[in-house]
Amino acid sequence: MAGGAASGGSSQSDTYAGARVWLLLPAWATLLILVVAPVGIMLVYSFLTKEFRGGVIWEFSWEAYDQFFFNRGLFGDEPPRIEWTYILIFWRSIWQAGVATLLSLAIGFPTACFIATRAPRQRPIWVFLVTIPYWVNLLIRTVSMKFLLRDNGPLNEALLGIGVISEPLHIVNTNLAVQLGLFYSYLPFMVLPIYAAVERYNFSLSEAAADLYAPRWTVLRRILLPAVKPGIVAGCILVFVPSLGSFLAPDLLGGARNFMIGSLIEEQFKGNAGNWPFGAAASMILLTLVLIILLFSARQQGRQEAR
Amino acid sequence: MAAKYDLRVFPGFRAVTLFCLAILYAPLVIVTIYSFNASPSITNWDGVSLRWYVDVFTGPDSEKFKYAARNSFIIAIIAATVATCIATLAATAILRGGRFRLRTVSFGLVSLPLMVPEIVTAVATLIFFNAIGFDRGLLTILLAHIAFCIPFAYLPISARMQGIEATYEQAAMDLYATRTLAFRRVLLPLMTPGIVSGFLLAFIVSLDDFIITNFVKGAGVETLPTAIFGAVKQGIKPNIMAISTMLLGISVVMVTLSWLVSRRDATK
Amino acid sequence: MNTSTTDAIDIRDAVKRYGDFTALHSVSLSIRDNEFFTLLGPSGCGKTTLLRMIAGFEDVTEGAIFLFGEEIEKLPPHKRPINTVFQNYALFPHMSVLENVGFGLEMLGHPMQEVRKRAGEALEMVQLSQFAARKPAQLSGGQQQRVALARALAPRPKVLLLDEPLSALDLKLRKAMQIELKHIQRDTGITFIFVTHDQEEALTMSDRIAVMSSGELQQLGDAREIYEQPRNTFVADFIGETNLLPVTVDEVQGGRAACHLPGGQTLTCDASAGVARGARVHLSLRPERVIVAAQPGVESLKATVRENIFVGTDITTIVDLAGGEEFRIRTSNSDRGRARIFEPGAGVFLNMEQGAARLLTD
Repeated sequence: MAGGAASGGSSQSDTYAGARVWLLLPAWATLLILVVAPVGIMLVYSFLTKEFRGGVIWEFSWEAYDQFFFNRGLFGDEPPRIEWTYILIFWRSIWQAGVATLLSLAIGFPTACFIATRAPRQRPIWVFLVTIPYWVNLLIRTVSMKFLLRDNGPLNEALLGIGVISEPLHIVNTNLAVQLGLFYSYLPFMVLPIYAAVERYNFSLSEAAADLYAPRWTVLRRILLPAVKPGIVAGCILVFVPSLGSFLAPDLLGGARNFMIGSLIEEQFKGNAGNWPFGAAASMILLTLVLIILLFSARQQGRQEAR
Repeated sequence: MAAKYDLRVFPGFRAVTLFCLAILYAPLVIVTIYSFNASPSITNWDGVSLRWYVDVFTGPDSEKFKYAARNSFIIAIIAATVATCIATLAATAILRGGRFRLRTVSFGLVSLPLMVPEIVTAVATLIFFNAIGFDRGLLTILLAHIAFCIPFAYLPISARMQGIEATYEQAAMDLYATRTLAFRRVLLPLMTPGIVSGFLLAFIVSLDDFIITNFVKGAGVETLPTAIFGAVKQGIKPNIMAISTMLLGISVVMVTLSWLVSRRDATK
Repeated sequence: MNTSTTDAIDIRDAVKRYGDFTALHSVSLSIRDNEFFTLLGPSGCGKTTLLRMIAGFEDVTEGAIFLFGEEIEKLPPHKRPINTVFQNYALFPHMSVLENVGFGLEMLGHPMQEVRKRAGEALEMVQLSQFAARKPAQLSGGQQQRVALARALAPRPKVLLLDEPLSALDLKLRKAMQIELKHIQRDTGITFIFVTHDQEEALTMSDRIAVMSSGELQQLGDAREIYEQPRNTFVADFIGETNLLPVTVDEVQGGRAACHLPGGQTLTCDASAGVARGARVHLSLRPERVIVAAQPGVESLKATVRENIFVGTDITTIVDLAGGEEFRIRTSNSDRGRARIFEPGAGVFLNMEQGAARLLTD
């Protein structure tokens, strides 16, 4: 960082350097009070004792975390065994989010490449087409997905109609439905960063590789893919992270048997279980998981740029 | 017929792209179509009719929906306005404030709501209001929405501002404009497309938010998404599809507007 | 009442540091009223930093800047009666040409009627009156450049700063604008400070030139001085073309120095101050100051022709000196009657008049 004026990219304008404290104050105040402080208080709550009808008793307790990881029997007096229920819910969430990410990658990568290789004037239009659905209410999109996938919904009717299947497919309330829902929710997040990376990619590298006898798909695998890897990693994170904590897709499409973290947390606050410290602890565990992923990817990205 | 050997073309990618768009749009198109179904059953198609749209405004649930819609729009307008102002000021500091130690931290803070999973933000906000003894109601929804909308307003504004070279303000100040005048007369007009675009995106985000709203709303307080969610839990009814279609239409119109505005080249 | 004897801009020991990096090492410089002054140097030499310090966009780490005797380095840009023509013009894209040109006057608080009148006059001066209602994007590069000039001149600043304003124009337009700028400067009587890295442009337009390199002032003088009496190897090499040969001084006597090249050939030339016996210095010889001949003259060096290159108006002859050093000679094509062109391989003499070769100590 030392070295002065000439370091890196466009020069930093300082026209409003004198006023920056006042310019930043509203943003800092709002976000510190409404995001950072709440997360801090949530951390505190996760170490408090639960009140049975929601809320907390201000008394320190490990119980929320203990309950998450260990089973001490109905009366809490047995030797602790690993409690698999919640770990499995987390594991299922990771699995579901992972499958959704792979699905998005499989569809999103070719789409991004296709868009990035259109004429420059056409690209924004394609990007726009891909992004519109994202801005439509997630709830409405998920409901629409459910409507489409129902046992007697349009998809099954169409498939029955053309005779591909003779029995309606049961998709709703399965893992597959949740995966499809998550895939559908966050697909644009996969396309956009990959698109940005491919657009910056210099295709004369591909030509150089082809000139050196690489066939087309080898060029893709050996030259293009490594070059756009940061975009792919970014896309995967942007799909995986919100999928992990999603609530609507598992709740509406998955049914009771396909519980994910989001529903587990929601139940602690809105449902009958009403265990706030436990919900706060589960949220903290989810947040930690996400921060680890983000930190890891930031370091990866940093290493890429350093090269 | 010696076709050009174009390494930009990958066989099959066009088909995947069209398939991708089909997946993205199919559910929306189908719900839109079924919202015009005359039948009270969502399964059978019974001809085109507007009866469910009429039902939304005059039917037994209409009062509930009107109340929820009013809340939604009031919150979205205020939250988007406040978030846009905050984001504009923050972008000016971050992009026009020179190098300073908290620059990266400030940017991280502004984009924080995008990084923290929404359900975690929702839980944290609920607990926060509970801890400070703030009664849950419309105001809590509004405050949560302002914070959550800031990054969505910030991104288009900062993208726009990055495209405006600092020499414009410098030229203005060179021509005897004070910093404030340079901001008002030169920087702000040039940033307008980004600001409008940021406002519209923040507006949609607020209008569409379900998870946070669901956590921080007081008992009996509803916005459109929570009302729809409540109704869907009882099963998808045709009037829900009509409301969804209208909301969907609003989103599409606003995103399109935002896109057109941000594309408008101020140099033309 | 002695403004006529005061310099337009007086820079005293100006230093600019960014952290540990020093962009400008104590520069002192006086720019006279009514002068076309050029800051010339390669990119990164500090010339733009200096210009932006005069305009008020960079603060001065140490030192002071005076405008007609008044200290200004602490004033914000909008309080300095100095205007700038920016490198990329920085025309406000959302305002019409006339609004752009009138902006400065408007900010100074002149009534709108007067603003429009004087902006119109400024546009007339650059012959763009018919484009007053257009937006900058609807003009060509050359026209935008003139709008930028009109905009900076309209408030009648005491000093006009021009930051490489011609660099985006193509060669022909650039040549035409050079002459026009010079005329406008003469007609308005405003002091122009022009920044460029193009030495030819600097020589063409300037009353005086300050050559800068690595944040230091290398030489200050008019075009002729700088070209003919470069103070050091940097200036000699940067301005025009020159042959720089390492030499050792054998004897200094009466303002003349005898020296020898590594190959052993000897030569006598004007000795500047500080040249002592035994010193290892550089000899600068302009390619056009040498005549290739079959017979030796008063001062000459022996060489072998390597190659002749036809470059339009001139012929460049590359020769090898006896010690193996490469040397270039430029012969104008109009001189062909007098000068002979030798075939490659021919042994020749490089003849020069006294005073053509200069010894440079650094």
